[in-house]
Amino acid sequence: MTPDLLKDLNIAASEGVLALGGLVLLMVGAFVGEKSARLVSVLSVALLVAASAVAATGPLGVAFNGAYVADPLAIYGKVAIYIASAVAVVLGGGWMQRERIARFEYPVLIVLAAVGMGMMVSSGDLISLYVGVELHSLALYVLAAYHRDDLKASEAGLKYFVLGALSSGLLLYGASLIYGFTGSMRFDEIAAYATANPGVGLVFGLVFLICGLAFKVSAAPFHMWTPDVYEGAPTPVVAFFTTAPKLAAMILFARALSEGFMEAHAQWAQVLILISLASFVVGAWGGLAQKDIQRLLAYSSIANIGYAILGIAAGTEAGLQAMIVFMTLYMIDTMGFFAILLSLSRNGRPIRTIADLAGLKNDRPVTAIAITVLSLSVLGMPPLSGFWGKYYVFGAAASAGYWMVAAAGLVASVVAAFYYLRIIKLMWFDAAPDGVARTDKAPVESQWIGWACAAFAFPLVIVGLTWLEPATRIAASGFGAG
Amino acid sequence: MLQGIAFYVMSAVAVVAGLLVVTARNPVHSVLWLILAFFSSAGLFVLLGAEFLAMLLVVVYVGAVAVLFLFVVMMLDVDFVRLREGFASYLPLAAIVAGILLAEMVMISILVAQGGAAADAAAPVVYGADRTNVEAIGRVLYTEYVYLFQAAGIVLLIAMIGAIVLTLRKKPSVRRQDPGAQTNRDRRTSVEIKGVTTGVGVTSEELR
Repeated sequence: MTPDLLKDLNIAASEGVLALGGLVLLMVGAFVGEKSARLVSVLSVALLVAASAVAATGPLGVAFNGAYVADPLAIYGKVAIYIASAVAVVLGGGWMQRERIARFEYPVLIVLAAVGMGMMVSSGDLISLYVGVELHSLALYVLAAYHRDDLKASEAGLKYFVLGALSSGLLLYGASLIYGFTGSMRFDEIAAYATANPGVGLVFGLVFLICGLAFKVSAAPFHMWTPDVYEGAPTPVVAFFTTAPKLAAMILFARALSEGFMEAHAQWAQVLILISLASFVVGAWGGLAQKDIQRLLAYSSIANIGYAILGIAAGTEAGLQAMIVFMTLYMIDTMGFFAILLSLSRNGRPIRTIADLAGLKNDRPVTAIAITVLSLSVLGMPPLSGFWGKYYVFGAAASAGYWMVAAAGLVASVVAAFYYLRIIKLMWFDAAPDGVARTDKAPVESQWIGWACAAFAFPLVIVGLTWLEPATRIAASGFGAG
Repeated sequence: MLQGIAFYVMSAVAVVAGLLVVTARNPVHSVLWLILAFFSSAGLFVLLGAEFLAMLLVVVYVGAVAVLFLFVVMMLDVDFVRLREGFASYLPLAAIVAGILLAEMVMISILVAQGGAAADAAAPVVYGADRTNVEAIGRVLYTEYVYLFQAAGIVLLIAMIGAIVLTLRKKPSVRRQDPGAQTNRDRRTSVEIKGVTTGVGVTSEELR
C-alpha cells in the first residue's frame, strides 16, 4: 500500500467502514441462518450510526484522482442519509417480523444502498456518479420486490427495474456525450473546458444527464413509475425510498450541475424550471383523485421534489442551502407519515386507504394529533417545519429572479392543501363507519418514530432550525454563482 | 485504404445485423443476428486500436450474454407472436421517435466533425504503440480506478444478493447435500456385518 492510497482510504473512510461492515453482516447472516434477521438488523443500525460518526469526524479532501470528494456538503448529506437508512432498518425490521418475511438481507441491502448513496453525494466525476447511482438503485429494485409472494410488490419491483434501467441508459448516454465533448470525466475539468469553449454539444449531453437524474428523484415528467412503485412496494421500503435516496440524488444533482456545468447555468436552469413546474402540476392535481394513502404520498413526493429542484435551479448558494433545508425537513415529515402508517392496522390488516382513517380521533387521539401536525407541516402551514423549507426555497428562487415560478409553487401548495385537509377532516370530524373494528395495538418502534417526527415538525423545528441553518449554510458554501 | 474498406464493410454489417435483430420473425434468428452485430462491432474496436475491448466484447457479449439469450429464448415458454401484436399500430409513433433521435444524432455527429473533442486538445489520453491495451488498463485499473473498481464489485454483489433474495426458496421436500457429514462418515456408522447362514440367506426384516 502506498502512502497515497492510505491517504485516499482515510478520506473515504465512511464508505470503507460501511462496505466492509456490510460484507461482515452478510457473512453473519449467511452463517447464523434464518434466525439472524434481528441480530443483523441491530448490528446494521449500529454500523450506520458508526459510519455517520466516521463521516462527520473524517478529514476533508479529494481522493482517488478526483473521483471522491469529501466536503461539507458530502458530509452533511452522508450523516443525514445514514441516519435515515438506520431509521428505515428499524421500521422495516419490526414490520417484516410481523409480516413473517423477516430475513437478514433487508438490513444488508439497505447498508449496501447507503454505500451507493454515500458515493453519490461525494462523487467528483461522471464514473463515480454513475456507479453510485447504479449501486443504490440496484439495491432499491430488490427492496421494492422484497415481499416476493405479494403480486403487487413484484410488479412494483419489475416496473422500477425496467424504467430504472432505461433512465440509467439515458444517464450513460449523456455522460458519454459529455466525455466526448470535453475529454474528461472530472467535474472540475469539465467546468474548465466549458468555460474555455462553450458549445451546444455539452448542453446536449447535459440534458440527457438531467433526464436520467430527474427520473431517479421522480420529478415530472419522469414520474410515471412513482405511484405504482409506492403503492406496491412494502410500506417501510417506501418510507426508505422517499427519504435517503431522494436526498442523495438531489445532492448529486446539485453537485454535478454546479461543479461541472455552472457555465451553462442559463441553459440548465430553463430545463429545471420546466421540470419543477411540471412536478408542481402533476403532484398537486394528480394527488386530488387518490384513495390509497401510499399513492397519495407518491404524488406528494413528486410535488415536493419540484420545490427542491426549484432551489437548485436558482443556481446560487442560497438556492442550494434552500434545497438542503427543504429536503431535510421533508425527509423528517415523510418518515413520520410512513412510521405512523406502519403503526396503524385494524384486525391485523394495515390501513391503506384514506377513508380508513375516518374517526381515528376516538381510537388513537395522540396519533391523530401527530398525523394532523405532519399534514399541516407538509402543506406548508407556518410555523411548522414544512413552511420553513418552502420559505427558504421561495426566498432563494425569488432572489434569483424566478418569482413567477415561486408563485406557481405557492398555487400548487394551495391545491395540495386540499388533500391534506381532507385527511384531517376525516380523522377529526367524520365518524368511523359502523362495524369497523378498532385499531390494533400499535407496534412500539414505528409509533414512537412517528410521534417523534411529528414533535420535530412542531414545535422542535424552531430549535432545530437554529442548528440546521448554520449547518446547511456551511454545507452549501462554495457552490453556485455566489 | 484497406482500413477504410474494412470500416465500411464492418459498420454496414453491424447496421444491417442490428436491423435484422428487431425485424427477424424467429427469435432464435434474432439472437444469431445479434451475435453477428457484436462480432462486427468488435472488428470496429480493433480498427480503433482497442483490441482489448474487442476481445471483451466477443468473450463477454458473444460468449456469455448471447448464449444466455439463446437459453432464455429456447427454454422459456414465451409466445413471441403475441408479443408482436400491435407492432403495426405502434409503428408510426415509433418511427417518428426514432426519426427524431436519428436526426439529433446526425446533428451531433456533424458538430463533432466540425470541432468537438476530435479536434480539440482535451482529447482522451492515447497510449503509444509501446504499450498494449491490456498493459495500459492494467496499470490504471487497480491504482487510479481502484475505488470505482471495488464499487463495481459491490454492484455485482448486490445483483447476486438480489437474485438469491427474490428466487431462493427453502423447500422442505428437497434433500440437500451435506458434504461435511458425507465425508465424516466412517465404517461403523454406515456398514454393519451380519452373519449369514449358508443356504438360508437373509430376510428383508434382518436387512433393516
